[in-house]
Amino acid sequence: MPEGFVSNLYVFVLAGFLGFEVIRRVSPLLHTPLMALTNALDAIVVVAAIIIAARPGSELSEILGAIAVAAAFSNMVGGFLITDRMLRMFKLSGRKKQ
Amino acid sequence: MNQITVQYLTDFSYIVAIAFFILSLKWLSSPATARRGVLIGEIGAAIAVVTTFFNPELVRFKWVLIALLIGVIIGIPLGMVHMTAVPQRTAMSHAFGALAAAMIGISEYYMRIPHITKFEMTEISLEVIIGSLSFTGSLIAAGKLQEWLPQRPIVYKGQNIVSLSVLGAAVLSALVLIFNPVAPFFFPAMVIISLLFGVMLVTPIGGADMPTVIALLNSYVGLTAALLGFVLNSKVLVVAGALDGSSGFILAVIMCKAMNRSFTNVMFGAFGQLQVSAAGAGEERVVHSATPEEAAAILGASNSVIVVPGYGMAVAQAQHKVRELFDVLTKKGVEVRFAIHPVAGRMPGHMNVLLAEADIPYDRLIDMETANSEMPQTDVALIIGANDVTNPAAKTDQGSPIYGMPIIEVDKARTVMVIKRSLSPGFAGIDNSLYYMDKTLMLFGDAKAFVGNIVKELTGGGE
Repeated sequence: MPEGFVSNLYVFVLAGFLGFEVIRRVSPLLHTPLMALTNALDAIVVVAAIIIAARPGSELSEILGAIAVAAAFSNMVGGFLITDRMLRMFKLSGRKKQ
Repeated sequence: MNQITVQYLTDFSYIVAIAFFILSLKWLSSPATARRGVLIGEIGAAIAVVTTFFNPELVRFKWVLIALLIGVIIGIPLGMVHMTAVPQRTAMSHAFGALAAAMIGISEYYMRIPHITKFEMTEISLEVIIGSLSFTGSLIAAGKLQEWLPQRPIVYKGQNIVSLSVLGAAVLSALVLIFNPVAPFFFPAMVIISLLFGVMLVTPIGGADMPTVIALLNSYVGLTAALLGFVLNSKVLVVAGALDGSSGFILAVIMCKAMNRSFTNVMFGAFGQLQVSAAGAGEERVVHSATPEEAAAILGASNSVIVVPGYGMAVAQAQHKVRELFDVLTKKGVEVRFAIHPVAGRMPGHMNVLLAEADIPYDRLIDMETANSEMPQTDVALIIGANDVTNPAAKTDQGSPIYGMPIIEVDKARTVMVIKRSLSPGFAGIDNSLYYMDKTLMLFGDAKAFVGNIVKELTGGGE
């Protein structure tokens, strides 16, 4: 078993529970923005893709890495953009002003 | 800066990014703080991406920069789509996420062989199998939602056995690789078979089950990212993947509960293609229909109206007319609210976004439980493009495919109005006894035009 495995497993289990507790509280009203936002956050894979593509190695790694960078970064840009667009649409009735 | 300093700096920035991501999801819990959540998520992501470029190992940047540019070029239009197209956009972004993770896994394999341990090979195989099948599965889901592919379930005899054999073949290839990582052809074979399995997994699933499928694919993509974190020993990926995976999983569970179905039933059940409608065959049933004038008179004279919108409303692009109806009725002192079934629309929460886009205040949207407790005191339940989620057969007809599914009990309201093009069954292909009730008025026509006519009547007759 590689060295980091157990500590990664700790992190995975804790993050899973934390995610469950935090996301459970998200109002059903916002489930579509939630999915868009978690997609954008998941696109952090782009940092791994950058390393794969840019470190010395075979041409194959460079090509596969670059595809991964483009795919993940489009998710990051598009995901944050659409989440914000959706959230701007949610408004309360005007009653608060009176 | 020396290498160790840079390493610490990178690690520290990733920890900050993770903390910001969690805060981002926490702030999403309420519409009041949600936009702040997006902002902090963006800051976290930006910090992580920028510090990655300080990694002294990195030497070739040309393709990375081109790829980032391509990402922006693809990402911006994908961020600007119409709200009706959000489900297919989401499926596409799942496909991209899975593609990115699978590409990195494949690249790691070719870089590490022949020096690869059994344990590493197991991790990589698992990551590549799930990533590949999520990629093609999401593409098929996007194709169905965009209506490039038939939305009806596509099934044939012995399908589940064939599909499971294909998955078995992928797992078998992985096992061969674990014991002999350099076995020729087995790695590409494993990738191709997994891609094929993704297609076979989603093709038999019908459009009405898409909310569950999208949520499930979301959780697969998160799982892939987390597995990639294990492969690369990167905790930021483990955390982001775990968050995404648990979010998808929670949503999938909510969707399944809202349809009273299990995961296996959704994935292997091929919903709704068998239409054995025992009732109604040959039997003459009376339908009451009404004109826009009659509907307007009843709506204008009522005290409380609950609108039940479904995907049909979005298809007809009727949401802005519905908003006009909401405005004119509210002005007349009628209390108008919108009851949202959890699986209304094509993805979790889709209907809320569609109504928000049409400027309907979100405090006017109520969930299924609230709607059902208030339905008996409601004068009119107006159903626009929602069929199965209001079908009383879910409670009464044990032979119905939707039996047991929680529904919005519109049949309890004093008057029921259904806007519909014709009496043809809804998406799941199930007949609806609601249409034949004495208190039901069928409003035949295009939803947008019909609601527009009602609004015209109400404004013309009113002030």
